[in-house]
Amino acid sequence: MSLPVFEIFGWIFICSGSLLTIIGGLGLLRLPDFFSRIHAAGITDTMGAWLIIIGLMFSSTSWLVTAKLVMLLVFLLLTSPLASHALANAAYTRGLRPLIGPDLNPGGDDD
Amino acid sequence: MISMFAAATAALLVCMVMGLTRAIAGPTVFDRILAVNSFGTKTVLLIAVYGFLSGRPEFLDLALIYALMNFIGTIAVMKFTRFGDLAGMDEDDLERDR
Repeated sequence: MSLPVFEIFGWIFICSGSLLTIIGGLGLLRLPDFFSRIHAAGITDTMGAWLIIIGLMFSSTSWLVTAKLVMLLVFLLLTSPLASHALANAAYTRGLRPLIGPDLNPGGDDD
Repeated sequence: MISMFAAATAALLVCMVMGLTRAIAGPTVFDRILAVNSFGTKTVLLIAVYGFLSGRPEFLDLALIYALMNFIGTIAVMKFTRFGDLAGMDEDDLERDR
């Protein structure tokens, strides 16, 4: 389990995941609107987390650790999009509308 | 030589600071819930990566438990925000209460 090619793959995956995590954090901090912030947080929750966990799998030393990482990956794969969808649905039901157009006007059904 | 786990830990810590800033400054309550949910996901990743960094991958058990708790907490807070109640709010319950 300690081939050099595995270490190279681990570097590639973990650095890509860290980069996507940083991009998601910047978007969560900088984007103007709640629904666009969901998009930025979704980058962190999906690809950032998956790439970091896959990179950890390449550098794990036993099969039990790999199995735990697979379980963690499946949990995140199931729960993160579900949480994002439920959050957007709850916000839309409560009357929050996305900003639409070049001037970022609040749009939606009831305009 | 810097390890990849140290680099990932630094990136996750920087990103958690950004998420906390959004959670404190968020204009609506949904921004805060989103930031806290994202913070929880990053905490799961940080626990896993730190386990590898310190040479003790048994920390993955904590990461698994934290992932499940984070999901349950987000769904509970969201249901409370949407319905104002954590109990069942079906149409049948509303009819029976009237």
